Amino acid sequence: MIQSEQPMISVQHLNKQFGPGCPQCMNPGSRKLYKNFCTVCHTVYSCQDVSFDLYPGEIIGVVGESGSGKSTMMRCLYFDQEATSGEVYLQAYKDGSRNLFAESTQQKRYIRNHLMGKVYQNPMLGLRMDFTSIGNIAEKMIAAGSRRVSEMETRGMELLEKVHIPIHRIKEAPKHFSGGMQQRVQIAKALSNRPPVLLLDEVTTGLDLSVQASVLDLIKALQRELGISIVLVSHDLGVVRMLADRTLVMLDGRVVEEGLTDQILEDPQEAYTQQLVHSLL
Amino acid sequence: MQINYNFAFFDEGSKREIRRATLKAIAIPGYQVPFASREMPIARGWGTGGLQLTLSLVGRDDIVKVIDQGSDESVNAVSIKKLVQNTTDIRTTDETAQATLIQSRHRIPEIPLRAGQILVLQVPMPEPLRMYEPREAETKKLHAEKEYSGAWLMLFEQIMNYGSMTTGADHPVMVHDRYVMAPSPIPKFDNAKLNASEALILLGAGREKKIYAVPPYTKVVSLDFEDYPFETESFEDRSCRLCGSTGVFMDELYDDVSGTAYFQCNDTSYCLERMNEQSWREGAESR
Amino acid sequence: MGYVAVKGGTLAIEESLKRIKFERIKQGKVLDVSRIEGGMRGLIDQIMSESSLYDETLAALAIKQAEGSPEEAVFLLRAYRSTLPRKHYSRAVHTREMRVERRISASFKDIPGGQILGASVDYSHRLLDFDLMHETDEDAARWLKAFADDLGSVNEAGRPPELMKVMDYLIEQGLMISPADDNTEPDDVTRKSITFPASRSQKLQVLTRGQTGTVTSLAYAVIRGYGALHPTVGELRVGSVPVCIDDPLGSGSDDEDSYYIGEIKVTEAEMLMSAAVAKEQGGKELSFEIGYGLCYGQNETKAIAMGILDHSLEQGDSRFPTQDQEFVLYHIDSVESTGFMSHLKLPHYVTFQSKMNDVRKTKMGAAASRAGEKEEVEEICK
Repeated sequence: MIQSEQPMISVQHLNKQFGPGCPQCMNPGSRKLYKNFCTVCHTVYSCQDVSFDLYPGEIIGVVGESGSGKSTMMRCLYFDQEATSGEVYLQAYKDGSRNLFAESTQQKRYIRNHLMGKVYQNPMLGLRMDFTSIGNIAEKMIAAGSRRVSEMETRGMELLEKVHIPIHRIKEAPKHFSGGMQQRVQIAKALSNRPPVLLLDEVTTGLDLSVQASVLDLIKALQRELGISIVLVSHDLGVVRMLADRTLVMLDGRVVEEGLTDQILEDPQEAYTQQLVHSLL
Repeated sequence: MQINYNFAFFDEGSKREIRRATLKAIAIPGYQVPFASREMPIARGWGTGGLQLTLSLVGRDDIVKVIDQGSDESVNAVSIKKLVQNTTDIRTTDETAQATLIQSRHRIPEIPLRAGQILVLQVPMPEPLRMYEPREAETKKLHAEKEYSGAWLMLFEQIMNYGSMTTGADHPVMVHDRYVMAPSPIPKFDNAKLNASEALILLGAGREKKIYAVPPYTKVVSLDFEDYPFETESFEDRSCRLCGSTGVFMDELYDDVSGTAYFQCNDTSYCLERMNEQSWREGAESR
Repeated sequence: MGYVAVKGGTLAIEESLKRIKFERIKQGKVLDVSRIEGGMRGLIDQIMSESSLYDETLAALAIKQAEGSPEEAVFLLRAYRSTLPRKHYSRAVHTREMRVERRISASFKDIPGGQILGASVDYSHRLLDFDLMHETDEDAARWLKAFADDLGSVNEAGRPPELMKVMDYLIEQGLMISPADDNTEPDDVTRKSITFPASRSQKLQVLTRGQTGTVTSLAYAVIRGYGALHPTVGELRVGSVPVCIDDPLGSGSDDEDSYYIGEIKVTEAEMLMSAAVAKEQGGKELSFEIGYGLCYGQNETKAIAMGILDHSLEQGDSRFPTQDQEFVLYHIDSVESTGFMSHLKLPHYVTFQSKMNDVRKTKMGAAASRAGEKEEVEEICK
């Protein structure tokens, strides 16, 4: 049923390398690497030919150990880093007719400000720690063109309430908050423009278990309520099991297995996935 | 002094270079043009940017006026005026209407400037986004991409914290719908004078090595929000103790005898002209 | 007769200038510029370097006028420099051709050509020499004659041979990768303002013009831990180098056609830092990298510090302010930093009035909302 729809985001043949490449590693077909690393020229192939579609309202989980390329992929999708090659199409941007990677920096900024939200593992990257929490949310709305303080204040309060930040603390700077609260402010910020797509990068890593659970509940509730499409990266299969409809397994920069989350957990095909699933039990 | 300096201090090559940067600034209103700022005989931060503009532009027929904080007679204004005079021997004036070139720190004169005049403003911090982003390489990108969320965010934060915009002087403006610009620390009261000005307005930052411009009749809008409109300093119904003016920017002074505050025009030459007009009129009436 | 402006400012300045002149000469003794030039080599060298103007006599004059304040003297020379037309750029100066007066290496005991201690305070004892209180010109003349006689009996073998550079030796031994020649025309930060990321030539220029104390302090921070470096003085040279310009009429940039216009004394420091270099098959090996310092006159601390900062800025690790180009290069200039400090003395009445207005407004706003709350409370209590 899902397949009959247009994908919200379509990622095609995304590659990201760090280093110049050399005869031993240049050709993707005959590449000889140690993990994702060329021992001759020290080039790191962080993402190799990554492709997937994300459908409206869907949550895709991306799992893999650290260094598997999942965070790099997210950085490329949010234009924090420039992809080496590949294409990505976003339904909400010019009806999915344009490869976002080929757009100008100004357009990329527009896409980030209007059509996407991202929550980073490290709140330092996603928030201005010295500004008020509500200012952090307003920043994204200002960037998207809002010039009414009352509108931003209302929306900010509404969102902060949704992520359970007490109303009397919304003018405090996130630097005074606990890790879990910072993460919730980030989520509120990412949602401020009602983006069709949300990128969540290890959002619960480093949080206490009880806090983790509350953040996960929050994401789940918001996703149901707002119908956003989400790419969720985690090294923790438990997180993915709780939230993701479908799952990609990444290893050394490649997608080694993909399918419905249940299927992958019940019946993993690849040795690496089996190992991952096994470790969860 | 044994060595005779060049007319207007600089060698002609330097003047030409500064004028080239100035022309570029006029061609791109509000854009900060980097230039090779020279060391001047006055200290960095004391108006070297403005002085370089003045000296690169001044000709033998010019009449120069220099004000600092609204006053022709403030020590820094006097010192700059003296330097211009010593190196050019041209005429100086206190009267705004008479001047062809006006160098000012922190004020735009009360008497409306007219076509043909040039106002040079001294700028300490030319980058309106500096408090939001410390790195020059980054702010250059933000300007290039017209990404000014930071400028509005700073104002939003003020409203959240204090209930109103509290920029004080140097309230940022949008020039020609393109570049956000620091108008130099003029009071908000003077921001409106930047809009559609008949005179050419040049801004020079010597230490930060930038020149920028508001050409005549350029649209200049102070940044604000729809529901928090830009407001200037208010002196309510206060009038100048000397000349009785209202609706001008005033200095608040303290009378230690009566223990009360009183107000006086900040623009001293404007105040003086008003007083002279009044005394002339009174004289005519009594005759 | 109408109202006239109070000419308080003009008068005040005139009087202030008289006061400063009085302070300079009040003891009835006037410094002779030639004596400053003869006896204040350290200060002159420092000031020429920070001013980017090589002229001992003008530096001495600036010192006299500034009553010995280095920041003021540098300021005077920089301002004077602004009036000078730029007629020529010199050809590249080669420190290999230096007439070396002093040359040491902390890396090798036996460097080809030997260690030359030259004039240095390094091994002097810092004991105040009270004899200098009564030193006379005659004393000096007598001492100089004896010194000349001494020298005469040693040798005058003519021009000493060019000394091999320690760096050449390291390259020859394969301990250091020979840096590629970079023959791009250097930028001139006094003609075109610095851009970021800065080119190497921009960095080196700003560093060599930097305030001696600031350059030293920042380099000290690098080696104390804010930059994790351990440098060694590969080679430190002090001596004179010839300066040549291209034939202004000729078209070629041929060596033969160049004109020798004089020589300048410089201090050059080549600092060595060990660094890991990636090798094939994932291996790493240690090699040496260089940090380069060069400044006018004899100012060894500054040259060494500059060498450390040069290398530090090439690393560009944003965790360390000492590796942040904008942080270092924007803040080490004497005229800029002292100017901005002193501008704080200027009146800020207008800005302050404007701020006062804002403060009153927020206070009124707060009072109004407090009053509002009070009414609400009263409302509820009723």
